[in-house]
Formats: sequence, C-alpha cells, structure tokens
Amino acid sequence: MSGTADAVIRIEQLHKEYETDAGPVPVLKDISVSVMPGEFVAIMGPSGSGKSTFMNILGCLDVATSGSYRLNGRDVGALNRDELAHLRNQVIGFVFQGFNLLPRASIEDNIALPLIYRGTPGDERLRRANEMLAKVGLATHRASRPNQISGGQQQRVAIARALVNQPKLILADEPTGNLDTHTSQEIMALFTELNERDGITIVLVTHESDIAAYAQRLVRLADGRIVYDGPVAHAEPQHLEATT
Amino acid sequence: MISAMLGEAWLAMGANRLRTFLTMLGMVIGVGAVILMLAVGQGAQQQVQASIASMGSNLFIVLSGSTTSGGLRMGGGAAPTLTLADAQAIEELPSVSAVAPSSSGTAQMVYGPNNWSTQVIGSTPSYLTVRDWRLAEGFPFTDSDIRSATRVALLGQTVVQNLFGDESAVGKTIRIKNSPYVVLGVLAQKGQSLDGRDQDDSVIVPVTTAQRKLFGSQFAGTVRMIMVQAESAESMPAVEKSMNELLRQRHRIRENADNDFSVRNLTAAANTAAETAQVMSLMLGAIASVSLLVGGIGIMNIMLVSVTERTREIGIRMAIGARGNDILLQFLLEAIIISIIGCLIGVALGVGGALLVNKISGMAVVITVSSIVTAFAVAAAVGIFFGWYPARKAAGMKPIDALRYQ
Ligand SMILES: Nc1ncnc2c1ncn2[C@@H]1O[C@H](COP(=O)(O)OP(=O)(O)OP(=O)(O)O)[C@@H](O)[C@H]1O
Ligand SMILES: [Mg+2]
Repeated sequence: MSGTADAVIRIEQLHKEYETDAGPVPVLKDISVSVMPGEFVAIMGPSGSGKSTFMNILGCLDVATSGSYRLNGRDVGALNRDELAHLRNQVIGFVFQGFNLLPRASIEDNIALPLIYRGTPGDERLRRANEMLAKVGLATHRASRPNQISGGQQQRVAIARALVNQPKLILADEPTGNLDTHTSQEIMALFTELNERDGITIVLVTHESDIAAYAQRLVRLADGRIVYDGPVAHAEPQHLEATT
Repeated sequence: MISAMLGEAWLAMGANRLRTFLTMLGMVIGVGAVILMLAVGQGAQQQVQASIASMGSNLFIVLSGSTTSGGLRMGGGAAPTLTLADAQAIEELPSVSAVAPSSSGTAQMVYGPNNWSTQVIGSTPSYLTVRDWRLAEGFPFTDSDIRSATRVALLGQTVVQNLFGDESAVGKTIRIKNSPYVVLGVLAQKGQSLDGRDQDDSVIVPVTTAQRKLFGSQFAGTVRMIMVQAESAESMPAVEKSMNELLRQRHRIRENADNDFSVRNLTAAANTAAETAQVMSLMLGAIASVSLLVGGIGIMNIMLVSVTERTREIGIRMAIGARGNDILLQFLLEAIIISIIGCLIGVALGVGGALLVNKISGMAVVITVSSIVTAFAVAAAVGIFFGWYPARKAAGMKPIDALRYQ
C-alpha cells in the first residue's frame, strides 16, 4: 500500500444505487481503486456497466450510496455543496462527450467561465482564457460561438475550459465519442501532452481500444464491478474489446 | 464578480429578446399605471385643496329654512327667515370675526357691444373678508354704499374678460338689468369652487342694492343666507352653539319646534371633501398596484420557464464550479434588471401619459419625485420577491440532475 496516502483518487468499497419507481437499482458494486498523481487511466466496459455513473461520482457531480471517496486527500462524503463546487472548480476539470459549452457565449467567455466562479478579476480572466486558447491551438477563434466551429474544435474548447483553473485531475467521459477517427487522435494527442508534459492526472472513459491505448492503465467495468485493473499493455484481448 | 454576472445576465436576456420584452411589458404597464394613477389622484387632491383654500377659512353658512323638517323643503315662494338684523346680531357674538349676509341671483349685464349673464351676489363689505377675496384693482364698496343702496359693483375676472376684454374695467359704467352700475373694483382670481363652479364668474354688489333695485325682493330686509367666519377652528363648535341659540331666540322658536334656519359648517364639509379626495387618490394607487403585482407574477412565471429551459446550462455551470449562490445571484440579477428596465420605461410612459391626460382633459396632474422613487423601490422589490423563488429553484438543483436534463 505504499504511497496510497498521496493518491489523487482513493476509493474504497464504493456502492451506488439509483432510486427508481421499481425500487433501488444497484449500479456500482464494491468498487475499490486508487489513482496516483500523473497516471493516465482508461475506463472501458459495455454500455450500462456504470462507467458514467462512476465518472460522475469521481467528478463530485453525484454522490455514492456507500463507501469512501478521498479526492486529493479530502473525504468527499463529508463535504457540503459549496465545498464540492469548490473542488469541481479548482481540482477537477471535466470533459464531456457532448462538449457542454454554453451556446450563447463566445469561445473566450466559455473558457473564462470557471474563473468567474473562482473570483478571478476580468483582465486576468481574459489573459488566462487566451493562454488556454493558444495551448489548444484555437487562438484565432476566440470571438466565435460554439456552433461556428467543428466538433473537434469544440472539444478543444471544452478541454481548454477544463484546464483554465490548472486542475490536478481531468475526467473525460467518452471525449472522442462524437468525433471522427482523425479528430479523435488529435484530441488524444492533446491529452497525452497534458499528461506527459504538465503531469496532469487523467481518467478517461472510452469504448475504443485504440483510444484506450493512449493510456498507461486500464480499468474494465462489467455490470458495476471492476473486472480488470492493470497496465493497458498487459490486458487480455477481451478486456480491450471495443464496446458500443 | 458582480460585473461579470451582470454581463452574463445581459447576454441571457439578449438571447431571448421577445420573451425578455414581454416579461418587461408586465412591469412597464404596472409601473406606468401606478405613476399615472398617482399623478391623477394627487392632481385631484391638489385641486380640492386649492378650492378649499379659496373658500375662506373657519366658515359657517346659515341658510333660511329648515333642512331637517321631515324632508319637507321650503317652497320657492316662502319668505326667507333670516334678516339683515340677524346678521348684525350674530356679529356681536363672541369669537365671530366677520359676518356677511348675502342675496344672490342671476342677471344680464352689458358693456358696449358685449353682454354676459352671470351670478350677482348682493352682500356687505365683510363678504370679501369672509371669503378671503382680494381685489386685483380698484376699491371695495363701503357701509355707506349699503346704507344708500348705491349702484356699484365688483367684477370677477371671468366677467371682466367677457365684457371688457383687455380694456381696464375700473371706473367704467356697465348696465345690469338695464340700470347703470359703476365698476369700483376687479376681484382677484379665485379659480374653481369645490363643486366645480368658476368662482370668477360672479359680480358683487351691495346687498341693499341687490334687494331693492336688482331682484326687487318681496320680502325687504330678508336674506337667503349669511356667511359667518369664526376666529379660529377651535372656536367653531362654540360659535355654532351660540348662533343656534341666538337665532332660535330671535325667531321665537318654541322649545321642541324645529329650526327655521340651518347652520352648515363649510370647513368641516371641505375637510370631508379633502379626505375623500385623498381616499380616492389612495384607491387609484392601490388599483394600479394590482397591475404591478400582476407584472411581478409575470416575471415569476417567465423566470420559472426560463429556469426549466436552462436546466442544462445550470448543470454545466455547476459542473465547472458554480455554487448555489452563484446560480441564485445570476437569476435574481436577471429578474431585477428586467424589473428595473421595465420600471424605467414604465416611469417614462406614466409621466408621458399623465402629461397627455392633462393636455387632453385639462385634469390637474401632479408628478412627484417620491412617487417615482417609490415606483423604483417597488419594482426592485418585485424583481427580488418574484425572482427569488425561480432563482432558489435553479440554485437548489443537483448538478448531475441538471446536467442530465434533456
Ligand atoms: N438516473 C438514473 N436513474 C436510474 N438508473 C440509472 C440512472 N442513470 C443511469 N442508470 C442506470 O445505471 C446503469 C449504468 O448507467 P451508466 O450511464 O453509468 O452506464 P455507462 O457505462 O456509462 O453506459 P454507456 O456506455 O452507454 O454510456 C444503466 O443500467 C442505467 O440504466
Ligand atoms: Mg456513459
């Protein structure tokens, strides 16, 4: 167990049930996993296996039914709404399959949005937003609206937004799910760069083995349980099997 | 932080201009109605107060004949029961400062090619004191004019305008019912009376002249009414009491018999009129406030729709670190901005409307700073009050539910 005290993510015996009309439905069962700083983890698994549910709990968007989750050393279960918002704002950067940009705001304003909630002053916000735009290679599009740029570009904007508060951890739920192969590779190259050069911890959900191949470690879920957790390179073929 | 939020609220409002406009409209109409109604109500109130001020203060009017004799009213031919001697006797009572008996009627008057029909009041010099009526030009008639019933007259402004135009009236001779009268003076402007008559459309002559030469009264020495001014408002009840006793005694009325005269406290009546005007003004304001309330409910309605529609946006904001209070502030700001802009337009329309009413109908309108300030305060309060619930609802959403919302 050496070094687990410094883990970015430390989850023990986590369970999640959804309350439905037909009673509680268990979705995550006895999940225990730790992620160390600088790791790049891919999560795979069949549709409905609980990947998104897991990511939402990791991202402090949802709470577990039982078990413990320590993020960056803090017990997430003991935090109130505002403290969770603070974590989402400053420790985590979330990247969604559907981009989730604000359609009315300019690219620049979208990227600067997390800084507003941090209380960063206006000119500093602009400076940081443009720095991030340059980093994801979209400096010329700062004044465009999200619907004026391509899907790949929108995902870059979303990544820039996730990066703007210099998070420790990036969570990406099928970030390339809506993109073609070529664009997906560009986005993955960006993630790899962030991981290798900036040391940002990345946890990423994907259905595709060649996307998972960018990661070092694979966690495979099936029916709410972890069925494989180890280096991508050592995974059995069935654990890397593409799922849709 | 607030400036960034303001910018965001502005963006959100601009994104759905028609809806923002419609929401605002409720506020515009509400505030406009309140401003307009207050202006009209306060205008009416001010007019009543001006009329009261023009009436003279601490006034009684004593009328011939009883108004309480079992609903039976005096026939036109019955003799007036009050006399000039009664008037003189009242003047001797304590706390009475002036008494003016008066006999009036309508008469035709001519000057050169112009003629005019108006009310002629026959009275004594103290009439001007009692009514607090000054002369704009010339001199009043005197007690000696009363004694010798001379043909002299004081003209009201409206009469002067109609007979003389721009010419000076003082010293000229006019004909009233074909007899020559010398114009001694011109009365100062008085304006409307409480019942809406033009008080400047009248002529004052000595009471004896009116009785003997103008209206040819069958009952020499009697008058239909006596105006009595008390020294102060506090002395009015005592004056009323002693006047009643005096007149009953002078008219030899037996103990249980009804008065053959009646005393009215004009000042009390005027105060009632003033109160009525104030109540009216308040009521107009209250009715208009209902439209403000409706405007507020409109804001709440649209904000609720807006919150539902923007659930996903709320989810995105929460996912990147917005706290409940940030979301609350955002929606509250939108509601307040809509209220205040609506209020600004409403004030402009209300003031414009009031000026228009004044122009078209001549009704007095009064626009006070306090009514505008009140409208602003109410608009902001309405925005906060009705924006609160939807904003609270938005702020209370769970991030994951908001984000998943389709
Ligand atoms: N809000 C909810 N209420 C009830 N059940 C839910 C809810 N969200 C998800 N589920 C159920 O939980 C299970 C796991 O869903 P989840 O979205 O985590 O799967 P996933 O692995 O992300 O699937 P996919 O690959 O299709 O995205 C599914 O059976 C789903 O029907
Ligand atoms: Mg999913």
